[in-house]
Amino acid sequence: MSKKQIKTTVNGVEHEILVDSTWTLLETLRDHLQLTGTKEGCSNGNCGACTVMIDGETCCSCLVLAAEIDGREVTTVEGLADHGHLTPVQDAFVDNSGLQCGFCTPGFMIAATALLNENPHPTEHEIRLKLAGNLCRCTGYDKIVRSVQDAAERLSKV
Amino acid sequence: MPDFDYEAPTTLAEALVLLARPGEVRPLAGGTDIIDQLKSNRRNADLVVDMKRIPELLELSMNGSGLRIGSAVSCTDVLKFTAKHGVYPALSESAALIGSVHIQNRASVGGNVCNAAPSADTIPPLLVHEAVAHTVGASAGERAIPLIDFFAGPGQTVLQKGEILKLLVLPVPSENTASAYLRFIPRNEMDIAVAGVGSLIEVNPESKMVKKARIALASVAPTPVRAYAAEKSLEGSVIDQAAIDRAAELAVKAAVPITDVRGSAEYRKELVKVLTRRTLNICLDRLGQQALFVE
Repeated sequence: MSKKQIKTTVNGVEHEILVDSTWTLLETLRDHLQLTGTKEGCSNGNCGACTVMIDGETCCSCLVLAAEIDGREVTTVEGLADHGHLTPVQDAFVDNSGLQCGFCTPGFMIAATALLNENPHPTEHEIRLKLAGNLCRCTGYDKIVRSVQDAAERLSKV
Repeated sequence: MPDFDYEAPTTLAEALVLLARPGEVRPLAGGTDIIDQLKSNRRNADLVVDMKRIPELLELSMNGSGLRIGSAVSCTDVLKFTAKHGVYPALSESAALIGSVHIQNRASVGGNVCNAAPSADTIPPLLVHEAVAHTVGASAGERAIPLIDFFAGPGQTVLQKGEILKLLVLPVPSENTASAYLRFIPRNEMDIAVAGVGSLIEVNPESKMVKKARIALASVAPTPVRAYAAEKSLEGSVIDQAAIDRAAELAVKAAVPITDVRGSAEYRKELVKVLTRRTLNICLDRLGQQALFVE
């Protein structure tokens, strides 16, 4: 194992971190930057609980090494709200009760934010397709889809 | 996770030196297979070499000689690029099927090839589009290997120690060519193919005679396979439902599937027949959209 000094911007804040070559991005966020909003579910890329954005593109942070994010920008669920003001996506999840136990919610919010950045007016089919990599073990998918539809509507009025 | 070192070279020359080091040296592109395999002790590594900062491996371009896909280019980028050009529809379809969007954003098409899973979705489309794998290694030098000769078994390729896939090159399809890829999974998304079929046909618009046919199968043999007998049966004959049904029956002969948790051997053979028929019909539809089959 070797150590690597990396520079990365997480939620707009620059960090210089000495990482082990074997650390994943997920454990670096949770255990070393104390950003525990990002959750560990399956740890093999199936569940999407650990979804974050790297340079605006979503990924499963459990399948990325910390060393890989040298020079990259990472956005986690903590980076969505601006000084306590929730984004339209977050507001829509709250108002539509788009969560039950909440464990999958940070991943869903990141995935939904990325989806709406790329496609501001998705159909229900497109929403279900693009969020297929995020699993809700409470099976509360319907309200999650409604939340994303509502978020799309809110964003179109901004 | 095993104990490994990590390097991210910025030139191919540097990378080749690292890859030639003794011990288990693993190239890393998207990491969606290898990191999972390292975590679950299915593969080992002393050194992981991140290939994503090497310009040659990030090439994605189209010129007179065809489509050039650097081995570290993500499925998402390949999907967007090929969808824009519209001439490799089977490849676009397969790149959109691998895992979730989050996986596609990281996973590379080159990695899907080198991981060499019999079920890999991008491989049948690459095979029917006659991809050539360009490899490079410190001692092996540069090689150009037709993709059908690239696979040695489940998870095994012909790559030697220190040798990597650099580039996939797909020739420009002739006019009046269409391709399609379909796989069967019990869910709608996020699953591994029980069987997958890629088809490509080139048709003479006047005679409706098939000039070229390519059919490749996934998940029904230790490696991806071509269905040569089915291809031959189509070439030179007029394309109609009888010809498609005949080809679908023949495609089954190329399948030597196992029975496992995803499906029985018999079921997989039946799927090959159905998916061959469907992909050929999609090809016909696509050619029809080019106003070839207007009576």
